Order: sequence, then C-alpha cells, then structure tokens
Amino acid sequence: MRYILRRMAALLATMLLVSLLAFIAFDLISGDAATAMLGTEATEESLAALRAELGLDRPLPVRYGEWLAGFFTGDLGTSQNYHQPVWELLAPKVGVTLRLSLLSFLLITAVSIPMGLWSAGRTRGEGLRTGLNQLCMAVPPFFTGILLSWVFGIILKWFTPGQLPDRAADPAGAFRYLLFAAAAIALPRVAMTVRMLRGVVNDEMRKDYVRTAISRGNDRAGVLRRHVLKNALAPVVTFLAQTMAEIVAGSIVVEQVFAIPGLGRMLVTSISNRDYPVVQAIVVILAFWVVLAGTAADLINARIDPRLRLEDGA
Amino acid sequence: MNRTDREKSAKKAKKEKNSCLTAGLILTGILAALILLGFFWTPHDPNAMAAGPKFAPPSLRHLLGTDNFGRDIFSRVLQGAGATASIALTTLAIGAGGGILLGALTGYFGGLADEILTRVGDVLTAFPSILLALVVISILGPGNRLNVMLSLGLVFIPSFARVTRTAFAALRDVNYVKSARLMGAGSGRILAVHILPNTAPVLLPALTIGFNNAVLAEASMSFLGIGVTPPDASLGYMLSEAQGMLLAAPWYAGATGLVIVLLVFGVGLIGEGLRRDEKGVL
Repeated sequence: MRYILRRMAALLATMLLVSLLAFIAFDLISGDAATAMLGTEATEESLAALRAELGLDRPLPVRYGEWLAGFFTGDLGTSQNYHQPVWELLAPKVGVTLRLSLLSFLLITAVSIPMGLWSAGRTRGEGLRTGLNQLCMAVPPFFTGILLSWVFGIILKWFTPGQLPDRAADPAGAFRYLLFAAAAIALPRVAMTVRMLRGVVNDEMRKDYVRTAISRGNDRAGVLRRHVLKNALAPVVTFLAQTMAEIVAGSIVVEQVFAIPGLGRMLVTSISNRDYPVVQAIVVILAFWVVLAGTAADLINARIDPRLRLEDGA
Repeated sequence: MNRTDREKSAKKAKKEKNSCLTAGLILTGILAALILLGFFWTPHDPNAMAAGPKFAPPSLRHLLGTDNFGRDIFSRVLQGAGATASIALTTLAIGAGGGILLGALTGYFGGLADEILTRVGDVLTAFPSILLALVVISILGPGNRLNVMLSLGLVFIPSFARVTRTAFAALRDVNYVKSARLMGAGSGRILAVHILPNTAPVLLPALTIGFNNAVLAEASMSFLGIGVTPPDASLGYMLSEAQGMLLAAPWYAGATGLVIVLLVFGVGLIGEGLRRDEKGVL
C-alpha cells in the first residue's frame, strides 16, 4: 500500500513537472497573443483591454494554475487557428488515438510473447532469425503503413486508404482500418520484444535453479512455465510500458499515413500552424499517457515480485 | 548442457557474431559508397523536371523510374539518402558529443549534480524521442534543416549521458584508474585516456543504435512535413511525396522506403555484431 502511494506521488510530481515545463516553454515562445490577434496597427488601449480580457496581464503562476485546472474543468483556452475551444477540438480525437494505441498494444503483446517464448532456447536457424529480427526492427512504421495501404488498400481493395470509416455506420470497417494502422506501429516493436524476451529467458535458463529443477526430472517446458516465466516477467512488463511510449510516437506518424483524425495528426497540424494552445494540451495529454503506462508497469511488477516493493522507488 | 556442448555453442555464437558484423559492414559499405557517389555525381539532375517521361516504370535509362514531374527517382533517392545520412550523423555528433561529455563528468565525479541530472534524464528518456523533438522544433521553428538537427541532437543527449554515466561510474574506482590518480594524472587525462577507451564496448553499440534512431526520427519528422523541406529533400519527405503517387508509381515509395530500411538494417547488424563481440555467447 505504501508502495502504491509512493508511486502515485511520483506520478503526480512528474506530471506537474512536465506540465510546468510545457507551459513555460510555450508561454515564452508564443509571445504576446494580443499583438498577434490585433496586428501591429492596434492602439495601446485596445491591446491592454484584450490582454485583460484574455487574462494575460496576470502573473505566470496564476495563469499556470488556471491552465492546469483546465484539464479538469475542460477549459484549456482557445485554438488560435480554429477559433474553437481547445477542449472541444481535442475531445473526439482522444478516443481515436486511444483506440489505435490500445489495439497496437494488444497486437504487440499477443504476437510477441508467444513468439519470444518459442524462440528462446531454440538454436536452429538462429542466424536467419537474428537477421529477420533486425530487418523487422529496421522498418519504420510509416513505411509499413504505406506498404500495407498499397497491398491491402490499392491492390486488394480491403479498405480505402485515407478514409477511416465512420464507427457508428460501419464498425467492422472502422476496426479493420485501425487494425492495419496498428499493425504498422506494431511490427518493429514486436521484433524488439521478441528479441528482449528471448534474451531474458535464455539468461534465466542458465541459472542454477533451472538446472536443479531439470536434474530432478522436470521437462524443459514445465520449468519454463512454472519457474522461469515469473522471473522473466518483470523486465518484460517494464519493456512493454516503454512500448506504450513508442506506440504514442508511432501513432503520431501512422495517423498521418492513414489520415486518421487523432491527436497525433492534430499535433502535427498545430505545430505547422504554430497553434500553441493546442500543441501544449496535446503534449501534456500524450505525456500523461506515457507516464501512466510506466506507473502501471511498476505497480504490476511490485505485485509479481514483492522484493521490488522494498526498494526506494521514486 | 555438458562441457563440449557449451564449447560448441560458444563457437557457433562466435561464428555467427562474425557473420552479423560482416553482413552489416558489407551492406553499410555499399550504401555509404553509393551515398558518397551521390554527393558528386547522379545519373540525372535530381531536381530537373522532365528528365524523362512522367511516371516511367524502372528501366535501364531510369533505374527506378520517374515521378510525376518526370524527375529521375534513382538520382533523387541518392541525393535524399545523402541528406538523411548527413543529418543523422550531425544529430549523432550533437547527441553523442553532449551526452558522452555529460555522462563522463557526472559518472566520474558523482555528487549532487549527478543526482539531479540523472533524475531529470530518467524522466526525459521515458518519453518517445520524436515527441520531445516535436516540442523542441515547434519552439525553434519547423521546416529548417539546422533546427531539425539541433532538436534531434538535443533530444538524444539524455540517453547517451545515461549509458556513458553507468560505464564511467563502474570504472571510477578500478585499480588502473586509482594508480593513474596516484601517479598524478589529472582528471581530464584519466577520463579521456584511461577510462574512455575502456568504455568502447558499451559506447560503440550505443552509437549504432543512436545513428539508427536519428535516421528514423529525422525520416519521421520530414515525413510529417516538419523536418527538412525542399529543395534539400531527405528520404522522409520524399516518402510522403511518394505516398501521394502510390497508385501511379508504387516503385517510388518502395525504393525510398527500402533505402531507409537497408540503411538502418545494415547499421543495426553492425551494432548487434559489436554487442555479441562484447558479450561473447548470447
């Protein structure tokens, strides 16, 4: 319990730090929004009036506090480009990105764990498998995405590239479309997870307790399942949490390839438009997602391996 | 596993390590030669419109065909690979240079600065580098080659600092460092002459991974249109261009993407080979 509280406190502290940095950085560069909105012809009085209206005349800590509160009240300011509240703009996109990320995560877990376990301890064709593994790691998600759209979209016509079907009207079509995008994100990460799992299990299989168990007459598969798996699990859980971060990165690019209207695509558009209130909000949301995955991994590991709870985890 | 078995598998791993490294070096060597060639000579002017007919499929005259303006794709890919590689190397120089310096100092001297920087680094490395790079570049201003290199370079510093710090901290109190200290060697000399060469088994694979991450991150950013933009287009930008012509000229996207894959694959194999060299048996 104390461990959980400590992890939660660390999560909170990290998020405060991240949001503070994001706020200050974008506050410094975005300059004076009032001047930007009124142009150079504006008089001093109208500028001052607009600043007061936008709340820009108040000190930085106050504005930071209000912005932070906005994540809970839904008031994150107004997009300079779309002239629409940021929250209204982002709310429908959060779900899309979330679905894409989760789908990709499930795909990675479901494919790579059995493959990694199968591959561990087998030496036949190892050279070939190493080569194949390295090759898969080398394919960037956006290239996989383009290849998938070409093969399955243009040649086989399983979906129309660039058109995410409406989820209400065609749920199966929308799911299939997202599945291809998720696969593009997953491919290099599956290769990495297999490689990592294989290494961990092989290291573990060389240990004394495994030799003892086998010398007592247990078969390899049984030892793997009953003894090795639990010891090998902790690094894998940590690795999968890092995978969540990579998925976020991958979704930024793959949303562009498949024209999926999610947070990543919005982020890219907003950076090009220098629409800082939107960029600020998306960065904090994505960062929260990444930090949350890390905390979840720590908590899961603490359940698997009680020794970890005793360490000074900050 | 009995003794001879173990020896056999050790031997096998050794042989395979060599093949990993060899294959990587050959592949990277060929690509590097082509890229170097591309700096001086390309079969056609990469930006010349109507060097041939529009959307010509691959042929002897145009090895990889032509695009919507009739530009020679092979020449464009050569030039784009050059841009990608030089940006990645510059990024690596900034990231590795800064990271190794920072990691060496904090790892060797320790203290409060080390404590703080390590914590900050832990937080930063938890985030995907492309997300951080996008934040930095939106502050510096997108669409500019120098800003791309700077933002990516800065983002790669923490991961290099982390690897280097661990390696230097481990060697801080070994006997040869102690005796060098007793002989009156200055800290700078100990760091550069006595410790740095011995961290090579850790740092060299880290450099290959760093290079690959730089290639992929730059390609992603340029693909998104925030990185390098024409006239000096890199592979990432060309791929986004090629995506629009997927129907008419699928070989454009195929060739551009394949060059990125081969570049990363080759350097990845070198890294894997180096890493196994260090570890012996995998």
